Amino acid sequence: MRKKLTGILAGIGLSLAYSTSAFAQELTIFWAEWDPANYLQELVNQYEAETGVKVTVETTPWSDFQTKAFTEFNAKGSAYDMVVGDSQWLGAASEAGHYVDLTQFVKDNKVLDTMAPATVKFYSEYPGNSGKYWSIPTEGDAVGWSYRKDWFEDPKEMEAFKAKYGYDLAPPKTWKELTDIAEFFHRPDQKRYGIAVYTQNQYDGMAMGVENALFSYGAELGDFSTYQVEGIVNSDKAVAALENYRKLVEFTPPGWTNAFFVENNQAITENLAAMSMNYFAFFPALVNEASNPNAKSTGFFANPAGPGGDQFAALGGQGISIVSYSQNQEEAFKFLQWFIKDETQKKWAELGGYTCNKAVLESAEFQNATPYNKAFYETMFKVKDFWAVPEYAELLTQLNQRVYPYIVNGEGTAKETLDALAADWTGTFKKYGRLK
Amino acid sequence: MATAALTTLDPRSRAAARGWSDITIRNLFIIPTILFLIVFNIFPLIYSLGYSFTDFRASTNAAANFVGLQNYRELLNDPYIWNNFAVTAKYVIVSVVGQVVVGFGTAMLLNRDIPFKGLLTTLLLLPMMLSMAVVGLFWKLLYDPSFGIINYVLGLGNFEWVGNADMALYAVALTDIWMWSPFVMLLSLAGLSAVPKHLYEAAAIDRAGSFYTFFRITLPLVAPILMIAIIFRTMEAFKTFDLAYVLSTQPTTEVISIRLYKMAFQEWQTGRSCALAYIVLIMVLAITNIYVKYLNKVKER
Repeated sequence: MRKKLTGILAGIGLSLAYSTSAFAQELTIFWAEWDPANYLQELVNQYEAETGVKVTVETTPWSDFQTKAFTEFNAKGSAYDMVVGDSQWLGAASEAGHYVDLTQFVKDNKVLDTMAPATVKFYSEYPGNSGKYWSIPTEGDAVGWSYRKDWFEDPKEMEAFKAKYGYDLAPPKTWKELTDIAEFFHRPDQKRYGIAVYTQNQYDGMAMGVENALFSYGAELGDFSTYQVEGIVNSDKAVAALENYRKLVEFTPPGWTNAFFVENNQAITENLAAMSMNYFAFFPALVNEASNPNAKSTGFFANPAGPGGDQFAALGGQGISIVSYSQNQEEAFKFLQWFIKDETQKKWAELGGYTCNKAVLESAEFQNATPYNKAFYETMFKVKDFWAVPEYAELLTQLNQRVYPYIVNGEGTAKETLDALAADWTGTFKKYGRLK
Repeated sequence: MATAALTTLDPRSRAAARGWSDITIRNLFIIPTILFLIVFNIFPLIYSLGYSFTDFRASTNAAANFVGLQNYRELLNDPYIWNNFAVTAKYVIVSVVGQVVVGFGTAMLLNRDIPFKGLLTTLLLLPMMLSMAVVGLFWKLLYDPSFGIINYVLGLGNFEWVGNADMALYAVALTDIWMWSPFVMLLSLAGLSAVPKHLYEAAAIDRAGSFYTFFRITLPLVAPILMIAIIFRTMEAFKTFDLAYVLSTQPTTEVISIRLYKMAFQEWQTGRSCALAYIVLIMVLAITNIYVKYLNKVKER
C-alpha cells in the first residue's frame, strides 16, 4: 500500500515538474480563422521539431478577431504570447502598451534590409516615420485584381474592343483602361457585367476599395506625421479618383451595394463580372477548380496606374507582435529570430503564406509558383495604408457615412463628399489633440 | 403576510431535522437568483451609467475622464444618430404592423376545424425557430438580383431588394415579418381558442354580421393577449440587429443597434456608447410603459 502511495506521489510530482517545464517551452500565437493561419501552424510545427518549443496558432473568426484580441489586451491577459494583428491596430495597441517595443530587435536583426520596405513601414512602424517598430511583417497582403481571361482573349471581343477604343484589349495598365474595359463588358441584357469593386458600408470594406483609386491617382488620405487632412483628402486628385470609382460602381452587377471579399470572388465564380478586385489572400480560391469553375480561365493583374503614372494599392495583411502581458517574452523573441530567417520565409511562402521577405519575393521560383504571385510581388513594393491611429475605426465610420451615399447611391458630388469628410476628420483629430 | 402564504414544513422531513425553517428554504431559493441579477444585470447597468459621463475607452489603459453631459449632448446633436432613430422607428412600425396583420390573419384561418391542423401549425412555426443570422444570410441569397429565387419566381428581373436605398428597409422588415408572424399567430391562436363559443352562438341568433362579430366579440376578447405579443415584438424590433446587419449596408437600414455596435466594439468609444445605450433604454422603457398602460385599460374592460 505504502509503495503504491509513493508511486502515485512520485507520478504526480513528475507530471507537475514536467508540466511546469513544458509551460515555459510553449508559445501561443493568436490570429484570425483562415487558411494562412493553418499554413502558419504547419510552419511552426517545424520550429517545434528543431527546438522542442511547442507553438500553437489559436484562431477566431474574422468578425470577432479584433474584439477578442482587444478584450484580452484590456484584461492584461497572458493567454497569447504573440498576435498577428491588423496594421490599423498598431496605434491603439502601442499607445496602450499592449505590444512590446521591437525597435531594437528590428535594428539588431536588420529586418529593414530583409523585408520589402513598404511592408515594414505599414505593418511595423508607429507613429508614421517615427522609427519605432512594433511588429514583424508576417502575412503580406494587398488588393489586386482577377479577370476573365476567356472573355479578354475572345477574338471577337478583341476586335470589337479595338474598334471602339482604339487600342488592344489586354489586362489594364491604367485606371482609364480599367474603366474602358469595365464599360465594354457591361452588358446587363446578357447578364454580364463590367467589374466588381468593394462597396460594403461596414468597417474597412469600402475604404479598402476606394483607397486603390485614391492612391493611384496620386492622392493621399492626409499627412501621417502632422495629421493635416484639409486640402489633401479633398485635393483635386482625390476628387477625380472618387469620381472614377463612382463610375466603376455603375458597371457592377445589379445590387452591388454590400460587396466585400466574398461577393467579389463570387463575381468571378458565378460569371458575373469581367474583372474583380480582391485581396491576394483570397486568390488561392480562384485558382482552385473545386471552388471556381472558371479557375482555368482566371487571370490576375496588379492595381493599375493613375493618370499621373502613380501606382499604389491598398494594404491588407498583418504583422506579428509580442504581447506585453506574455510571460514567455524571451522565448517569443527567439521565435521571431527564427521566423525572419530567409530559409523560414522561403518555407512560409512554399506553404502558402504571403511572405514579405524581399529575397523570396524577388526569386523567380516564387513569382512562377502561382498565377498571381507575380502581381503580388509587383504590388508589395507599392502599397499604402489607412490611418493607424487608435481612433482609426471612428475615421472609417466617418468615411463610410460620407462616401457611401455618393459612391453607391450617387448622392451629391465627389467634391462635396470629400470636403465634408475632411471637415469630419479634422474634427476627430482635434478631439484627440493631434491637431491644434 | 408573505410567510402566512407559505405552507409549513413537514416536521418529519430532512430539512426540518436539520433545523431549517421554511423561511430559510425560501431564502435558499431566492438569494442566488437575486445575487445573480445584481451581479450580472443591475451592477453593470449602474456601472455603465457612470461610464456614460466619461470619455472611457475599453481598448486603452488610459484613465476615464469625467466629461459631464458631453456624450449625451453630442449624440443628440448628431444628424446621423437621428437618422438611425428615424430608420428604427420606421422599421418598428412596418415590421410590427406586418407581423400583427399576417400573424392574426393566419390565426383566424387556423382557428377552425380543418384537417392536419396540428401539423400545419407546427410547420408554420418553423421560421421563428431558426437563428437570426442564418435567416439573414439565406434571405440575402433569396433576394439576390442576379441569382436569387424571389426575382426568378416573381419575374422581377434585376429588381434590387436590399441594394436599393428606398426598398432595403422594407425588404429587411419583410424578412422579419416572415420570421416572427408565427409568434403573433401562436399567441393569437391561444387567445382565439379561449373566446367562449356561446358568444358566437348568441351573435348568430341575433343575426349579427361577421364584420360586427369580429369587431365586437373576437377582437376585444383577444386584445389583451394580442397586446402582449405586440409589446414583445416592438421591443425586439427596436433592438433588432442581425437581420439588418447581414442583409444590407445601405444607410437607410442602419438601425440604432447597428450604430451602437459599431461605436462600442469597432470604435471602442465605450463611454459614448454607454450614453447611447441609455438613450435607447429610456426610449424602450417609455414605449413599453405606454403599451402597459393601454394593456391594463384593455384588461379592465
